[in-house]
Amino acid sequence: MTLQTQVPERRLTDAIGKALANRSFAIGLFIALLVAGTALLSFVWTPYDVTKLVIADKQQAPSWLHWFGTDHFGRDILSMIMVGSRNSLAVALVAVGIGMGLGVPLGCLAAARGGLLDEALMRLNDLVFAFPALLSAIMITAIFGPGAINAIIAIGIFNVPVFARVARAGALSIWPREFILAARAAGKGGTAITVEHILPNIATLLMVQGTIQFALGILAEAGLSYLGLGAQPPMPSWGRMLFDAQTKMAIAPWMAIFPGLAIVVTVLGLNLLGDGIADLIDPKARRQR
Amino acid sequence: MTAYLLKRLVIAAITLVLASMVVFAVLQVVPGDPARLMLGMNASAEQVEMLRSQLGLNDPLVLRYLHWAIGLLHLDFGRSYTYSVPVLDLVRERIVVSLPLALIALALSTAIAIPVGLYSASRRGRAGDVIAMGVSQVGVAVPNFWFALLLIYLFAVWLRWVPAGGFAGWKAGAWPALKSLLLPAVALALPQAAILARVTRQALLEVLSEDYIRTARAKGMPYRAVLWRHALRNALIPVLTIMGLQFAFLLAGTVIIENVFYLPGLGRLVFQAITQRDLIVVESVVMLLVAAVIAVNLLVDLSYALVDPRLRSRE
Amino acid sequence: MTAGLLEIRDLSLAIGGHPILKGVDLSIGQGEVMGLVGESGSGKSMTALTVMRLLPFSARATGSVRFDGIDLLAATEDQMCALRGDDIGMVFQEPMTALNPVKTIGEQVAEGIRLHTGAARAEAEERARKMLDRVGLPAEKFPLSRYPHELSGGQRQRVVIAIACALKPKLLIADEPTTALDVVLQKQILELLKDLVRENHMGLLLISHDLAVVTEMADRITILRRGEVMEEGETARVLSEQVHPYTRQLAQASMHVPKRRALSPLEEEMAPKATEGVASGGTSNPIPRPVETTLSILPDISPSRGERTPLLAVKSVSRLYPGRRLSLFRRDTPVYAVDDVSLSIAPGHSVALVGRSGCGKSTLARMILALDKPTSGEIRFCGQAITGKAEADLKSARRDMQVVFQDPYGSFDPRQKVERLVTEPLHLLEKRPSHAERREMAAHALAEVGLSASDLDKYPHEFSGGQRQRLSIARAIITRPKLVVADEPVSALDVSIRAQILDLFADLNNRLGVAYLFITHDLTVARAITDEVLVMHEGRIVERGVTKDVLDHPQSDAAQALVEAAPDLHRAIARKMQEQG
Repeated sequence: MTLQTQVPERRLTDAIGKALANRSFAIGLFIALLVAGTALLSFVWTPYDVTKLVIADKQQAPSWLHWFGTDHFGRDILSMIMVGSRNSLAVALVAVGIGMGLGVPLGCLAAARGGLLDEALMRLNDLVFAFPALLSAIMITAIFGPGAINAIIAIGIFNVPVFARVARAGALSIWPREFILAARAAGKGGTAITVEHILPNIATLLMVQGTIQFALGILAEAGLSYLGLGAQPPMPSWGRMLFDAQTKMAIAPWMAIFPGLAIVVTVLGLNLLGDGIADLIDPKARRQR
Repeated sequence: MTAYLLKRLVIAAITLVLASMVVFAVLQVVPGDPARLMLGMNASAEQVEMLRSQLGLNDPLVLRYLHWAIGLLHLDFGRSYTYSVPVLDLVRERIVVSLPLALIALALSTAIAIPVGLYSASRRGRAGDVIAMGVSQVGVAVPNFWFALLLIYLFAVWLRWVPAGGFAGWKAGAWPALKSLLLPAVALALPQAAILARVTRQALLEVLSEDYIRTARAKGMPYRAVLWRHALRNALIPVLTIMGLQFAFLLAGTVIIENVFYLPGLGRLVFQAITQRDLIVVESVVMLLVAAVIAVNLLVDLSYALVDPRLRSRE
Repeated sequence: MTAGLLEIRDLSLAIGGHPILKGVDLSIGQGEVMGLVGESGSGKSMTALTVMRLLPFSARATGSVRFDGIDLLAATEDQMCALRGDDIGMVFQEPMTALNPVKTIGEQVAEGIRLHTGAARAEAEERARKMLDRVGLPAEKFPLSRYPHELSGGQRQRVVIAIACALKPKLLIADEPTTALDVVLQKQILELLKDLVRENHMGLLLISHDLAVVTEMADRITILRRGEVMEEGETARVLSEQVHPYTRQLAQASMHVPKRRALSPLEEEMAPKATEGVASGGTSNPIPRPVETTLSILPDISPSRGERTPLLAVKSVSRLYPGRRLSLFRRDTPVYAVDDVSLSIAPGHSVALVGRSGCGKSTLARMILALDKPTSGEIRFCGQAITGKAEADLKSARRDMQVVFQDPYGSFDPRQKVERLVTEPLHLLEKRPSHAERREMAAHALAEVGLSASDLDKYPHEFSGGQRQRLSIARAIITRPKLVVADEPVSALDVSIRAQILDLFADLNNRLGVAYLFITHDLTVARAITDEVLVMHEGRIVERGVTKDVLDHPQSDAAQALVEAAPDLHRAIARKMQEQG
C-alpha cells in the first residue's frame, strides 16, 4: 500500500527536478511566471495610478521614486508596463486559443481523411499564408476599427493555418505507425484513434508551437498598437508606449527602452520555455519545427 | 519535373485568384461610401449618386469584381479616391523605396544568418556556438520597430551618422538614397537573421546525424568538407522554406518600419490609404503584395526541385 | 597470422560514462575474414566505429588498436581521414539511408577516389564506372547520373560497397550489411563481398547477429556479449565443439524448433500434395487460375466441430495500385501488388506466407485484416464475407481476428499504459466489460504470455524488445480470437529472444487452438512453427503445401531461390567443417 502511493510521488518530484535542471525550461518558466504574476498583481496594486496625469512630473529620468522614469504626461512607466502586460498577454493568449481551437481539428481532420478534403484544406492554408499576416491584421483592424478585440481576431485568424499545418504534419507522421494499425485492427474508428492516440502524441508539438505563436502574438500586438490599431488609450499598451516615445527619443530615451525591454524579456521567456518543453518531453519534437 | 512545375504553377494561379476574391470581398463589407468620401460631406445626394455610377459602384458585385480583376491584369489599378491620380502612378512612385528596402533586408539577413548557422553547427556545444545561439535567441525576441528606435537613437541622434528618417530620393544619387535605407534595412534584417541562423543551424545538425554523413566520413572526408559538400545542400530545404516565409514577413514589416522612418514606401501608402478609406489603393497594393508573396513561394517550390532530385522525378 | 592487419588489444570503451566494451581483443590478418557475432547491445557496432574513429563525441576508448602498424587511438584526425576510405572501407546496415539523396551515385563513388588519389574528375569517374560494373550495376542500366532514390535497397547496398571498395582497402568492415535485405538479396550481397575480398586480398570484419551468415563467411569468429569477448577461434572448431556455454546457447537458439502438437495422421492424409493446384512460378505468361484448395481441415479444436467451412477463405483476391504518375495526365501502368490470390486456413492451423520483400505478402495480410480493400475478389472469415463491409459490421470478425506486428517498438502508443494498450480490442465485445473486469482480463492475458499483473501500470518503454512482443501477443489474444495474423513477428528480435517468442506462439496454438497466418521471409521461422506454407512471388501464390515438403523439395523457381538462399546453421557448420578440416 505504502509502496503504491510512494512510487508516483517520487516520479513526480523526479520529473520536476529533471525539468528544472533544463536551463532553457527553468529560465523560461521563471520569466513566464514573473510576467504572468506582474499582470495579475497590476489588478490589485501598481506603484502609481496610471490613469492620473501628473504634468509636473513629466519625462523624469529613472530614479528611486520612478524606477523606469515617467512619460510625457508624468505617468509612471513601470506602472504602465505592468498594466500593459495584461493587454499583451490576453491578446496573444486568446489568439493562440483561436488558432489551436480551429487549426488543430482541421489539421487532424485533413490527416485522417486525406484525399480531396486534405487537398482543399491545404489549399485554403496556402491562401491564408499568401497574405502577409501583419499586413492583413493591419487591414482588418483598420477596416473594422481599432481595438483589442479586433486585434485578437486579426492575429488569431493567422494562427489557424499555422496550427493546422503543425497538427496535420504531426498526425501524418503518427498515422502510418504500427500502433495505429493495431488500433484499427481492434476496430477503432478515425475519431476514436485521433482522440486516443493522435492527439496525445502530437500534444508536445502543439505545446511547443503554442509558445512560439504566443511569443509571435505579443510581437504582433505590439506592432498593431504601435500603429494605433490595438488597445485604445487610456488603456496602456506596450506598443502604444513605444509610439509615444518615438518623438521624445532625444530627450527621454527611457520611455522607449523599458517598454521595449518588457517585450523582449517576455518573448524571450516564452521562446525559452518552448525550447525547454520540446527538449524535455520529446527531444525529437524540436526537430519538427 | 514538368509535372511538378505545372502542379506548382496551377496551385499558385488558383491561390492568386482566390486571394483576389478575398481582397475584393473584404473591402466590400467596409462601412462608408467611397463616393461620399471623395466628394465630402457637403455634396448633394444627386452628386454622390452620379459619381457612384461613374465609378461603377452600382454594378452587380460579380461584374465589379471582374472589371477590377481584368483591370489588374492590364496593370490598370483604377484611380485613387483621395489623390485623384492613377493608382499605378502611386505604386510606381513608392515601389522604388519598398522593393530595394525589402531586398536589401533579405540579402543582409541571409548574408549574416547562413555563415552564423554554419559556424554554430560546425562548433556545436562550444563557446562560439553557445554565444551565437544566445545572441540569436535574444534577437528573435526583439520587435523590429523597437530595434529601429534604438538604432535611430544611437546612429542618428547620438552619432549623427545618418538621417533619423525620410527618404532622400534616387534623383539625388544612389548613395544618399541607400544611406536613408540603411538603418531601416538593418532594423528589418537583424531579427529575421536571428531566426534564419537558428533554423540553418538546426537543419544542419539534423542532416549531420543522418547515415549518409557517416558514409561520407567513412570515405575519409574531413568534417568541414562533409559539412559543405554533403550537409549544406540537404539542409537547404528548410532554410529556403523559412526564407520564403520571411519574405512575406519583410513585406509586412515594411509597413511598420516605413512608418518609423517616415519612408514614402508602399507600406506607408497602404497604411495611409486605410486610414483615409482610399479603398482602391488598399485593394491594389494588398493585391500586389500578395502576388509578390505567391511568386516568391513559387520560386521557393522551384528551388526545392533544383535542390532535391527526388522532387524532380516524383509526380 | 603473424603479420596481423588489425590488432585490437584490451579495448575498453565508455560512452557518456556507460561502459560499452570491456577488454576486447580481436585480430584480423591480411585477406582473412573475421566474423564478429553478438546480440543487440553487445557492442559489436561500437567496435567497428572505434576502428574507424567515428564514435560519438562523448566516447572514451582505452587499450590499443593497431592497424598496419599505426596506433589508431593515438592517430590525429588528419591521419584518420587519410586512412578512412583508402586503407579501411566500411559498409553499413541500412542501405536506404546510407547514400546522400541529392548526389548522383557516380559523384558519391568518385568522391572518395578523387579525395585520396587526387585524380581528375574524368579519371575518377572512369574508375567509379569500373567499380560499379564490378559490384553488379552495369552502365546501361545504372549510369553514373542515377540518384539513390531511383535504386532499390539491394542496389543501393551495392553502391555503398562500391564506395567502400573503390580504392581496394586493406581492411573492409561490414556492419550487418544484409540485415535490412531479404534472404535472396542477402545471399547475393554476401557472395559479392566474398568475391571482392578474395580478389583484392582484403581483410574483412563481418559483423552480424546471424550465426549462420557468419559461419558461412568467416575464417575465424569472435563472439561478443555485453562488451566482452566470450570465445574466439576458427569458425569450424568454435561451432562444432561449442565449448563455451554462451556459444552453445546462441547456436541452439538459432536452430530452435518449438515443441508443437503433431498433425494427426488423419490431417496428414487430408493435406494436399505440395504442387496441387499450383501454377509454376517464375513464368510471366498468363497462367491458369490457381485452383482454390482447402489446405487442411482440422475438426478437433475448433468450436465448429465437424464443420467443413474453413476459418478463412480468400477467393481470387487482387489489389491494384495506380501506376506512378508520369505527368499531369499520364500514369504508368497500374501494378498488381496482389494478383488473383486464393487461399484458406482451417481452424487451429498455422500457415506461413513466405516470399521476398515486396512480393505483396503484407498487402495481402492487410486485406485479410480488413485494413485495406481488395480491388477484386472476396475474403470470407468464419463463413461471413468481410470485403466491402462497413466498419460497424466488422466487429465480430475483428474480435475473432487479431494482429501482431514486426516492430516491437512501433506497435504501442508510447503515451499509454499497458493496461489500456492490452485491453484496446475489448471494446469489440458485445457487452462492455467493467473496469475491474478489464483489468482482470488484461492480467489474465499477461499471465498467458509470461508477464505479470504488476506490469499493467507500466509504459511500453519500460520493456525490452522481447517483452514488448509478448505484450503485442497479449493484446492479440485478449478477445480469444480464432486467427492471429503475425507480420514478421520475430524478425526484429535477437535469436535467444526469438526462440522464446516462437515457443510462446507454439504454446498458445496448442492451448488455445488459435490459428496463425505467419508472414515471413525467414524460412527457419516457417519451418519451426507452421503446418503449411504458401510461397508468394510478384503478387501471386506460386507454391503451397505442407511446410516440410515445400521446404525440403521446393518446386517453383521462387521457392527454390528462397530455400537455397536461406542461411542454415546446420548446413553452414557442415560445410565449414569440410573446408577447415
